[in-house]
Amino acid sequence: MRPTKKLIALSMAAALVVAACGSDDKTSTATTAAATEETAAPGETTAPAETAAPSETTAPTEATTEATTEATTEAGASGGTFVFGASSDPVVLDGAFVSDGESLRVIHEIFETLVTTQPGGTDVAPLLADSWEPSDDALSWTFNLHPDVTFHDGTPFNAEAVCYNFDRWYNFTGVAQSAAVSYYWSTVFGGFSDGVTPSLYESCEAVDETTAVINLTAPSAAFLAGLAVPAFSIASPTALEEFGADDVGGADDAPTFDGTFGTEHPIGTGAFTFVSWEPGDKLTLARNEEYWGDKALLEELIFTPIADGPARRTALETGEIQGFDGVDPADTAALADGGFEVLLRPAFNVGYVGFNQAKPPLDNPQIRQAIAHALNREALVTAKYPEGSEVATQFMPPSLFGHSDTVTEYAYDPELAKSLIAESGVTDLTLEFYYPSEVSRPYMPDPTANFEAFKADLEAVGFTVVPKTAPWRGGYLDDVNSGNAQMYLLGWTGDYGDPDNFVGVFFRTPQPAWGFDNPEIFDALTVARDTADAAERTSLYEEANNLIMDFLPGVPYVHTQPALAFAPGVTGYVPSPVSLESFAGVSLG
Amino acid sequence: MIRFIVRRLLLLIPILFGISILLFIWVRALPGGPATALLGERSNPERIAEINKTYGFDKPLLTQYFTYMSKVIRLDFGQSIQLRRDVSDEIFRRFPATVELAGAAMIFAVGIGVPLGFMSAKRERTVFDYGSVAATLIGVSIPVFFLAQILKYVFSLQFSLLPSTRRLDVKIDLEKVTNLNLVDSLLAWNGAAFWDSIRHLILPAIALGTIPLAIIARITRASVLETLNDDYVRTARAKGLRTSTVNRVHVLRNSLLPIVTVIGLQTGLLLSGAVLTETVFAWDGMGSLIGNAVIGKDYPVIQGGVMFLAVVFVLVNLFVDVMYAVIDPRIRVS
Amino acid sequence: MRLLTRASSKELADSAADPGPNPRDDKAANSLGREAWRRIIHNPLAVVGGVIIIVFVLVAIFAPWLAPYDPRANTWFDQIRPTSIPGPSSEHWFGLDAGGRDELSRIIYGARASLMIGVLSLTIGAIVGGIIGLIAGAFGGWIDGLVMRITDIMLAVPGLLLALSVAAVIGQSQTAIIIAVAVPNVPLFARLLRGSMLGERQKDYVTSAYSVGVSRRVLVRRHILPNSVAPMLVQGSLALSTAVIDAAIDAAALSFLGLGSADPGVPEWGRMLTDTTRLLNVAPHLAFFPGMAILITALGFNLFGEAAREALDPKLRR
Repeated sequence: MRPTKKLIALSMAAALVVAACGSDDKTSTATTAAATEETAAPGETTAPAETAAPSETTAPTEATTEATTEATTEAGASGGTFVFGASSDPVVLDGAFVSDGESLRVIHEIFETLVTTQPGGTDVAPLLADSWEPSDDALSWTFNLHPDVTFHDGTPFNAEAVCYNFDRWYNFTGVAQSAAVSYYWSTVFGGFSDGVTPSLYESCEAVDETTAVINLTAPSAAFLAGLAVPAFSIASPTALEEFGADDVGGADDAPTFDGTFGTEHPIGTGAFTFVSWEPGDKLTLARNEEYWGDKALLEELIFTPIADGPARRTALETGEIQGFDGVDPADTAALADGGFEVLLRPAFNVGYVGFNQAKPPLDNPQIRQAIAHALNREALVTAKYPEGSEVATQFMPPSLFGHSDTVTEYAYDPELAKSLIAESGVTDLTLEFYYPSEVSRPYMPDPTANFEAFKADLEAVGFTVVPKTAPWRGGYLDDVNSGNAQMYLLGWTGDYGDPDNFVGVFFRTPQPAWGFDNPEIFDALTVARDTADAAERTSLYEEANNLIMDFLPGVPYVHTQPALAFAPGVTGYVPSPVSLESFAGVSLG
Repeated sequence: MIRFIVRRLLLLIPILFGISILLFIWVRALPGGPATALLGERSNPERIAEINKTYGFDKPLLTQYFTYMSKVIRLDFGQSIQLRRDVSDEIFRRFPATVELAGAAMIFAVGIGVPLGFMSAKRERTVFDYGSVAATLIGVSIPVFFLAQILKYVFSLQFSLLPSTRRLDVKIDLEKVTNLNLVDSLLAWNGAAFWDSIRHLILPAIALGTIPLAIIARITRASVLETLNDDYVRTARAKGLRTSTVNRVHVLRNSLLPIVTVIGLQTGLLLSGAVLTETVFAWDGMGSLIGNAVIGKDYPVIQGGVMFLAVVFVLVNLFVDVMYAVIDPRIRVS
Repeated sequence: MRLLTRASSKELADSAADPGPNPRDDKAANSLGREAWRRIIHNPLAVVGGVIIIVFVLVAIFAPWLAPYDPRANTWFDQIRPTSIPGPSSEHWFGLDAGGRDELSRIIYGARASLMIGVLSLTIGAIVGGIIGLIAGAFGGWIDGLVMRITDIMLAVPGLLLALSVAAVIGQSQTAIIIAVAVPNVPLFARLLRGSMLGERQKDYVTSAYSVGVSRRVLVRRHILPNSVAPMLVQGSLALSTAVIDAAIDAAALSFLGLGSADPGVPEWGRMLTDTTRLLNVAPHLAFFPGMAILITALGFNLFGEAAREALDPKLRR
């Protein structure tokens, strides 16, 4: 057992001190009790017999100094236990089987992918692969792997392990093929080995220990950016097999996941190793002492689920956690003033008003333009979005290549809107405007506020707005996706740094939500996706964006910078637009 | 008595059967579905259809129901769609948390409510009485999450006296045996964990217990008032019995029936989960399990969870009925 | 909190089921009423409650004249920032709401919504429940048994679940909230009317009338029903308090779960409270004013209702 007693001091307005025990999984309860006894003795007030109260408030001055000196003398910036307040438990810790943020967050600490993104950006950077090289036809990609890397269970990481993982994904069957399970594989590579849907993936060859070649069925550049998503984490082949990662049982129409790889034995190559997971309570990771790169500073990293946003904020303020994601825009200023570290992710999302052109009068381009001119997007963003948010001009963020500076812009101009309506000759100006009632999304922290502001704008130029609402997951998304909604609030957060993950998702194929059929746009986006040359892709996407904004299928109105908050003194967390953030460099300060 | 209990337990079978049908229909009548709930922004008609097919939601309702029930009979409640964990495991983990919270809330409610109501009745129409009636009525009138937020703000944030979320400090390790933290920490002989569990219980228990407290105080007051006016109490007084004896032997005992009823009813309601309180305090209980399942349209969890709670509710009521007989021998259970 | 009101409604229903305040004839009823009134005005809590109720009703009725501004006009939207929402000032006594509207005007109009939902839902509940209770009470026997088992089930379903289903099925609107509040009142009134009808049936005059050959129809229509309606009306007016509080609290819970009325511009206390919990730190006034409005109104109704119930209960009279 390592010497693990540690104090984390959190000076707050109320000078709360939390005495804490960082420990590996086997810390006996006796140790815990002893440790707390040492620190919690003075300043006790009413605690009856139990003086061993663990996180009791102690006399501020005394404990604070004690804690600070210990923190600085003992380990410097290294060591300690970091507790992160997640919004939920992960589903499983098997990248191939999940697509939700909370699972990917933890998986990203335990596992690694072949490539990753530049810290704080979306450009592809090396990770398990030191370098890569496409063939001239962009059909086969050679990855030169980092030598002398081992998985947490001792299995060597090599080209065979890489191919084992790719072949595992490619050969998924049954429920594993479902978008609810292997969303990212189907997004990046399309189909599976059963050939029902064509797949971009053809094969993987292990040329030698450190050289893996991935062959594609069509030239593609977009897939490389996709590989940075933790869903393509390389897991230990031994562990995958031993712990039945792919075991799916149950009846045909009630599949159950039976393997223990993703729940008890997630084994990767990352800077943290899995220790234990008590669902609903906490998930504990420990520093990987044999890590091939720079070892993590934190000794222990705990994720605890706190579903309620305001509850996470309180937990940070009381020192129960040291960081959380998804800070409410209303809270950022107060937290920063309170001495907390508030970090902003570079904008990588878009919020938009969607038009369903199958529902007149939205099939009329002048009406669409009139709406675009009627919406006071600047006023909304100023009033309701945190600093750092910007008004959108198109359906993808400015930081991504392919963003066009020459798109048609629709400035706020109610008079112009009125005259466009008059020109259009449309007389029935009733619009059913849908908004989700209870959700908070990064691009839309308070949908009701957005709805109310836009409703007033539309009514000001003569539209009659019929409010329509439903809970996000209780009918709203269904109404929008099935084409029931005439006009609606929606948005998107990018998964990886490729324009196809924005405009491609929206407009490459006909969709009931948009209700239009515009082959020109569909073709432009398909060609852009399938082009291998980087410079050419950029200009193709710029043109596509111009096309889209002339056609005006909806009104993009905001790109936001989602915020994270950390306890005072926490350093080393680099926010990433695609949420690829490692705790390896994080220190409690 | 035994026959009565057995008969009531047998009655559970048709009740559960009825509930299972109603639930099955109700759950599927809710707008939205598990597929959209899973995919969020990424959902589109093809993906939704494909997921529904995987889970058999595209089949006729009757077929789905029989598939489901054939497993439930074997006590297999299936696996959660969202969490991919067995529903029975989740219930086993979450229900103790709810029991702990509901128990603490009831201790708070009964411990204060009964004496308050009793004293209020004894001092009818005094300042104390009016004050206590007003206080309990405020207790009933205050929205739970409003109260919960205020408690958190004052006791956690301003004065840092008590923790605001979870059931146990993250950094305390406790082996889960019963999932009742208090019991587990005693089993492990871990004083720190025990004390910490109590500290975590206080605020949610107050938030959850305030309304039952107010109701119990009101019922106690009314019931005691009624008994005080009964002839035999007056007789007992007239006989010259000591007030404390009258109180103990006659008044309290005879007032107990409605009090026990309301305590039983309230316990049943608390056990069925307090979604709002559990949400605000990040308490990992049945309320948040079912609440999240309803939001996420996690059919197996809603069905299994609500059916489980129905059983609990019936059992609690049965217990209350048995208690009647114990308290008041005049009541013949038959 | 729904649970609470459900529980207290159940008590109410039960207390009415055993023939308690059953006026034997007009004279007795009058003296009971006078006596009750005397007791009420001598109870300081009841008086306070009564005053609160009167103020609440007056505010609701005269909202358009009392409100300084249009509650739906977001005239001051430009003053709203994500991290600051103007609080109380001389121009806006209760400050601005998150959408740049006058909070005071919204609170005033909110009284209207609560009163309207309360009265409408109570009326619907009383009519439907009355019919069901009438059927049960008039026919008795297995029909009575069946109807009562159904109302038992209705009482056992958690109110919030019920409200949720209603809102989910008929869509999100004010109507949904009214129906959601009305539905739990149905079994309540059914039990009330049936209870007092049963009590009436056992009376001597009914038995003797029956024995001399008066038809059941005539009996029910001419004698039992008229004599049974009075207690239902008395208890029903007490239930108004629960209904008004329910209106606010149900609406709050529904909007907490995302099932509130579709138009967020309609001022409604419950919703105003829940919608602003995430802004608690930025604009505590947005939680404070609707929270206090609900609390004070509920308190008023509860104080008065409690006193009235006590005053009407002959068992508590000395």
